[in-house]
Amino acid sequence: MSLKVENLSVAYRMRAGDCCPVDGVTFTVADGEIMGLAGESGCGKSTLGNSLIFMEGRMKLLGGRVVLDRQELPIADFRAMQPLRMTKVSLVPQYAMNALSPTRRISKLTTDLLRSHGVREDSVLEEMKRRLRLIGLGPDVLSKYSFELSGGMRQRVTIILSTLLNPSLLIADEVTSALDVSTQRAVGEMLMEFRDRGFVKSVIAITHDLSILAQIADTITVMYAGRLAEKADAGTVVKAPLHPYTQMLLASLPEVGLRHDQTTLTGIPGRPPSLVSPPSGCRFAGRCPFARAQCAQAPPFEEVAPGHRVACWKVSRGWPEGGRV
Amino acid sequence: MSTLQIDQVSKLFRASAGGGLTPALRGVSFDIGQGEVVTLIGESGSGKTTLGKIILRLTAASSGKVMFEGDDISVFSGKRLREYYRHVQGVFQDPFSSYNPIYRADRVFELIRGVYFPHTGQRAWDAKIESALLAVALNPGDVLGKYPHQLSGGQQQRLLIARALLLDVKLLVADEIISMLDASTRVDILNLLIGLKRSGLAILFVTHDLSLGHYVSDRTIILRRGAIVEMGDTIKVFSHPQHPYTRDLLAAVPELHKKWQPAAGGAAIPPDDVDVLTAAAPARAGHGQAPGPAGTDRPPQPMAMLEPPPLVEYEKDHFVAAAES
Repeated sequence: MSLKVENLSVAYRMRAGDCCPVDGVTFTVADGEIMGLAGESGCGKSTLGNSLIFMEGRMKLLGGRVVLDRQELPIADFRAMQPLRMTKVSLVPQYAMNALSPTRRISKLTTDLLRSHGVREDSVLEEMKRRLRLIGLGPDVLSKYSFELSGGMRQRVTIILSTLLNPSLLIADEVTSALDVSTQRAVGEMLMEFRDRGFVKSVIAITHDLSILAQIADTITVMYAGRLAEKADAGTVVKAPLHPYTQMLLASLPEVGLRHDQTTLTGIPGRPPSLVSPPSGCRFAGRCPFARAQCAQAPPFEEVAPGHRVACWKVSRGWPEGGRV
Repeated sequence: MSTLQIDQVSKLFRASAGGGLTPALRGVSFDIGQGEVVTLIGESGSGKTTLGKIILRLTAASSGKVMFEGDDISVFSGKRLREYYRHVQGVFQDPFSSYNPIYRADRVFELIRGVYFPHTGQRAWDAKIESALLAVALNPGDVLGKYPHQLSGGQQQRLLIARALLLDVKLLVADEIISMLDASTRVDILNLLIGLKRSGLAILFVTHDLSLGHYVSDRTIILRRGAIVEMGDTIKVFSHPQHPYTRDLLAAVPELHKKWQPAAGGAAIPPDDVDVLTAAAPARAGHGQAPGPAGTDRPPQPMAMLEPPPLVEYEKDHFVAAAES
């Protein structure tokens, strides 16, 4: 068991009160697993990813624990996490490709980064060149400034940098977003390749794009308004989802080959609830066509089939199909 | 007569002081008729946004003509230009940046009132706004009087479309209008566009997302490096694409129910920036593209490439460009 997250709750301190985008989240990621974490903007997926490695000052751990390779991560202790960052857990934050300093060459940037983690660059530089070659970039990239590279090249360089010390867990936050389809594919395949070669043991790939996850992820976890809605292997989530939210989300995605004059897709009416004062029961109940009185209580995130967990009364109680009662 | 005719439009940008000229558009020609949705698909740097800007007179073409209902738009000024904007409006990618955050969102309506409806009385004006809001499926009570940050991305985008509808709009340039919206609300905006098209509006839908383009459009134009590589009836272009670039693009689209086809030697299309390697590896030759100078993804000789590849009629309403060498 590579990563074990138990009952994790993380809040942001705000003037209006605590906003709790990660609320009692429990899951595991196995060795060699690429877990896709999907959800819409504001559902807490990035906060969840960040909390595993980098708790900023305005973030507060409300409860729960995180165990990586049998070692509990001191996630709430910013300084105690420092030696674990990049060596055990690594993060490619959102928009990371724009985070490369424009005034330093890639090689200098790499050196600085490694030294700040107490690693001598000459022991790793050959490996970095090898990995660059592996994904089709020449060693000349090292002598360039970030603005001389295209967006796709920068994104791949940031992934190489963050996995250079072979961390156990890589958190990749929207690494394929804002890229062209061909570059998206290259980055997605790079993640799989790095996992296959053991550069990282497991990956949490955070994205709003389910179709990318269908390509690269082994399992998909769907998050809604701070809670996990469904987790199963990627094929099951895409082909036989059980949570009404997953079902409706998938039904709203146009695929190549679909036209408006044959099939009219529909979105999900309504908006997610506020995370400052969320409803006490199921968070999706307000938009769910199947909601019943019982949904005023929060459904547990239960295993309904081997490896398939769902937080929905309709699924765990086996309600028949039908409208609102 | 077509609503809009684009005739051999080219645009050159000066890349740097004293540097050469980079072509953003090369001899692009097509037209859009009443009640027609034309999708312009291209990756970043293909010139799709530049073309939208030329149509909206936000930038001028270096050569070629844009004709609106038979009149060259480049000579419009003063009253005639205002009249043009009464019929041609644009909506862009980031809805939030179209609003001034310190004013209420519905100020966007007042801004056009002074210019276009100086003699409309308050009651008639309110009725007009209400019917425009209803046309974009917004409940006036939900959005009027609110500040931009109080509205969701989908509501903001609808409000901007409603603003265009207040005018006597005949052509809407929709540049990536849904790429920043959540999946569950995206399709509603697409369906809204389809409804507007049915009532006679011509729409230029600019996107990098092939599945969205396919869902919504009657005709599709694939742009690459500023030139049209393939265009025609959407169903024909998508079901039997002829240009290798179109095929490569389609092969890279992540689909929910189909895995990327494994390609010999890694990614099916090496992203443009991997050309460095392509030159050295003959296995990837035959892509019909010239390798760029090492380490860049810019076309080799801008001026030499200004001449677009000629379009050949493959079948009725389906044109393909000859491969560029």
